[in-house]
Amino acid sequence: MLAAIGVKSIDDLFSSIPERFRLREALKLPGPYSEAEIIQYFKERAKESSVGYTSFLGAGVYNHLRSVVTDTIIQRGEFLTSYTPYQAEISQGTLQAIFEFQTLMCQLTGQDVANASMWDGSTATTEAVLMAERITRRRRVLVARSLHPEYREVLETYARNSGLQVEQIPFGPDGTLNQTTLDSAIGDDVAAVVVQSPNFFGVIESIATLADRAHSRGALLVVAVTEGVSLGLVRPPVEADIVAMEGQSFGLAPSYGGPFVGVIATHEKFVRQMPGRLAGQATDWGGRRGFVLTLAAREQHIRREKATSNICTNQALCALAATVHLTLLGKEGLREMAEQNLSKAHFALGELEKVPGVRRAFEGPFFNEFTVALPRSVDSVNRQLLREKIIGPLALDTFYPELANHALVCVTETTTRAQIEDLVSEVRLAVALAREPR
Amino acid sequence: MSQTIRNASRHVSRNEGLIFEKSSPGKRAFDLPPLDVPAVEPATTLGRNHRAEGVTGFPEVSEIEVLRHFTRLSTWNYAIDIGMYPLGSCTMKYNPRVNELVARLDGIATEHPLQPQSLSQGCLKIMRLLEQCLLEITGMDALSLQPAAGAQGELTGLLLIRAYLESQGNARRKVLIPDSAHGTNPATAVIAGYEVENIKSNSEGQVDIEKLRELVTEDVAALMITNPSTLGIFEQRIAEIAAILHAKGALLYMDGANMNALAGVARPGDFGVDVMHLNLHKTFSTPHGGGGPGAGPVAMKTFLEPFRPIPVLVEKAGGELTLEHDRPYSIGRVKAFSGNFGVLVRALAYTLAYGPGIRQATEDAVLNANYIRKNLEGVFALPYSLPSMHEVVFSDSIQKPNGVGTMDIAKRLIDYGFHPYTTAFPLIVSGALMIEPTESESKEECDLFIEAMRAIAGEASSEPGLVAHAPHATRIGRLDEVTAARKPRLRWSKEGSS
Repeated sequence: MLAAIGVKSIDDLFSSIPERFRLREALKLPGPYSEAEIIQYFKERAKESSVGYTSFLGAGVYNHLRSVVTDTIIQRGEFLTSYTPYQAEISQGTLQAIFEFQTLMCQLTGQDVANASMWDGSTATTEAVLMAERITRRRRVLVARSLHPEYREVLETYARNSGLQVEQIPFGPDGTLNQTTLDSAIGDDVAAVVVQSPNFFGVIESIATLADRAHSRGALLVVAVTEGVSLGLVRPPVEADIVAMEGQSFGLAPSYGGPFVGVIATHEKFVRQMPGRLAGQATDWGGRRGFVLTLAAREQHIRREKATSNICTNQALCALAATVHLTLLGKEGLREMAEQNLSKAHFALGELEKVPGVRRAFEGPFFNEFTVALPRSVDSVNRQLLREKIIGPLALDTFYPELANHALVCVTETTTRAQIEDLVSEVRLAVALAREPR
Repeated sequence: MSQTIRNASRHVSRNEGLIFEKSSPGKRAFDLPPLDVPAVEPATTLGRNHRAEGVTGFPEVSEIEVLRHFTRLSTWNYAIDIGMYPLGSCTMKYNPRVNELVARLDGIATEHPLQPQSLSQGCLKIMRLLEQCLLEITGMDALSLQPAAGAQGELTGLLLIRAYLESQGNARRKVLIPDSAHGTNPATAVIAGYEVENIKSNSEGQVDIEKLRELVTEDVAALMITNPSTLGIFEQRIAEIAAILHAKGALLYMDGANMNALAGVARPGDFGVDVMHLNLHKTFSTPHGGGGPGAGPVAMKTFLEPFRPIPVLVEKAGGELTLEHDRPYSIGRVKAFSGNFGVLVRALAYTLAYGPGIRQATEDAVLNANYIRKNLEGVFALPYSLPSMHEVVFSDSIQKPNGVGTMDIAKRLIDYGFHPYTTAFPLIVSGALMIEPTESESKEECDLFIEAMRAIAGEASSEPGLVAHAPHATRIGRLDEVTAARKPRLRWSKEGSS
């Protein structure tokens, strides 16, 4: 090949790099390792983990059952090793799957259109706010304090340089958005009111009421959904103008925080202000139905500095996993999964409330996460639980100093009754220890 | 179809409707274990929040129907696993399957990002080792693995620059971007709060140094450069470019999309780059998956380190790793949790497989690109003649007089059993054909590609209509994109779908 090119050595091919910048020594990297050694290395790392522990963590990342069929499909090379489907004639598999994903997301959220996809729920929420700013041409954003704290942090990072003014609206005694504060804060300069439902404390918000409040001042309502399974049983946020969803619950492993899949769903009239990829139905010149990436005039590769977003690479394979997973569950499977979450979480709360000194913190309705107040610090309880191989609920004072001794408990269909009972008895012990005189 | 096509022939694939069209009430494909606690009554428990009717329109199908549905769809895709995918600037290299296996191990895929750090040492060690490898490859000083993709890496990089300049008293107003840049660069600069000023490339496709000297003022925060450029050409005066910027207090940002031309051969940290991102889904072989997920780590020089996104991975005395949140100068968080961790795992597995041998992967990628260039030069016009690195950019100017453009040639390539190259990019080449073979292709596969391209060039002069109406062998022809955009149908509905 060198001779065909007309050079003497590989080195000659790099002659355009100035000599002083060319590495003459090998990089100091571990390896090369064979396949067996690579597996060994990662198996060693996998031992330094939570395997063998029961977890009551949720807070935006949920343990749900996943069918092996999902992983079987997404590991097909035709899906796994293909690029963004710009060449529609040889990408119909990906394009039709995206179209099905968009449809499923619309059905779940009660919205008209959904994109495929955003990086995760946090960036989807941020992009939803930026979209609201474009639609309303307003600059103030009222964000529920009960929105996932890490989502709020991402929004603040993006807002800082785009001239957005982000203000927090506190939660009331029942855990939902404090509507009195909202009423006094909202004005004709507000682009969006942003809430999560179920919110970070697990409490379901009154979407219709909040939408009325926002719309009365010309603001949009943005609803973030971190736990998609809730939509199998909880009324969808149809009154919202934009829904920003995290789809991790639909067949994606926790994977230490990613890759997941974000989605933006909205009304048809806002579609041209949406960020991200959209697949649309089309016909070829023989009249056959096919699918194609469409409305690209919103996107960075066409519009450059005037694009609706800078997103290019998204989370397509994760969107495919969600599509397969939801298709497997179907209408009944999703409903049953949601009912199991509801039942188990309510069972767990009932049992925990029997422990002296443990009480439910917020009276608002909840799905599979709820907040309890403990008679001592959550960290100290969790330290004892950890000895029994239980990863206890999230200590909320990590994010909310005002919620000392408050814990966010998550129970899904994967949590067994025995595991719930173990948690309760260990909490009972931990709390009792604290009560003994020293 | 032409008798000369050696690489491909027609085969039967199944027709398949939308999954919603196959649905029939009561079917399902997944069972849950029985509920082991008392069932609560949803209507009572949720009250007015209850979705009594369930999700209207959701599919109801059996397991084999699901499996067949998606398997049939998959057969309509082209993929790296089928053949060469010479999509320029996308680095469509082989995706090793061992990487998929390790990312799915219990203890890796199962880990919760908010679990105690004492139980997360395995995950954190993976991140730590990947950071160390990427720093060695880039020659930079500090890294953030948080960005989810290249575009988010760009944003993170520009926010680091802004935070640093602010700490110096003035965030400045403008970011300079060459006209050959990826569209994400200007889109990102706007989100970071900067105005974009484009710089025209010179006649060799390089940054016009004299023009740059004029444009770099105290108002310029940074230049975003892709090196090698999107023409696949190394910016030979990169050190001078850096010096011009630095003399005015501006910084040099490098889009690392084309790092597959440099890994093991040259390091951006050595030639004056202050901050850059990598695309792990390009250079480090994590699967593109039909458009993602990716990861866009950002590497920087020490002076930008205090501004890194939180949390920052640090090693405590005694070797324990921890994610530190208390960083007063941080730009904040760009994504929830710890980045696209599963992608990071795959990238580390890739790096470990090569070790220092990553240099040879780079050499092979550059060799393949130059071999293709040599064999197609003259058949297709080469608008810029400086040496190619990992990709080569031709133009359709020889074929255009016959009414055959780059998109037509690309579509005809499909009939020959290849995925098209990148069309019509970079924008500075009219009718661009951007070809990136990567190191994964053998000489035999490159030869088949060259043969196909030469045959199409022949057809473009002897039978231009054949090329202009391609593809002919696919299950559908070119789609009416104009109507699709004018009257968008973006979801299936019972009433509305044909």
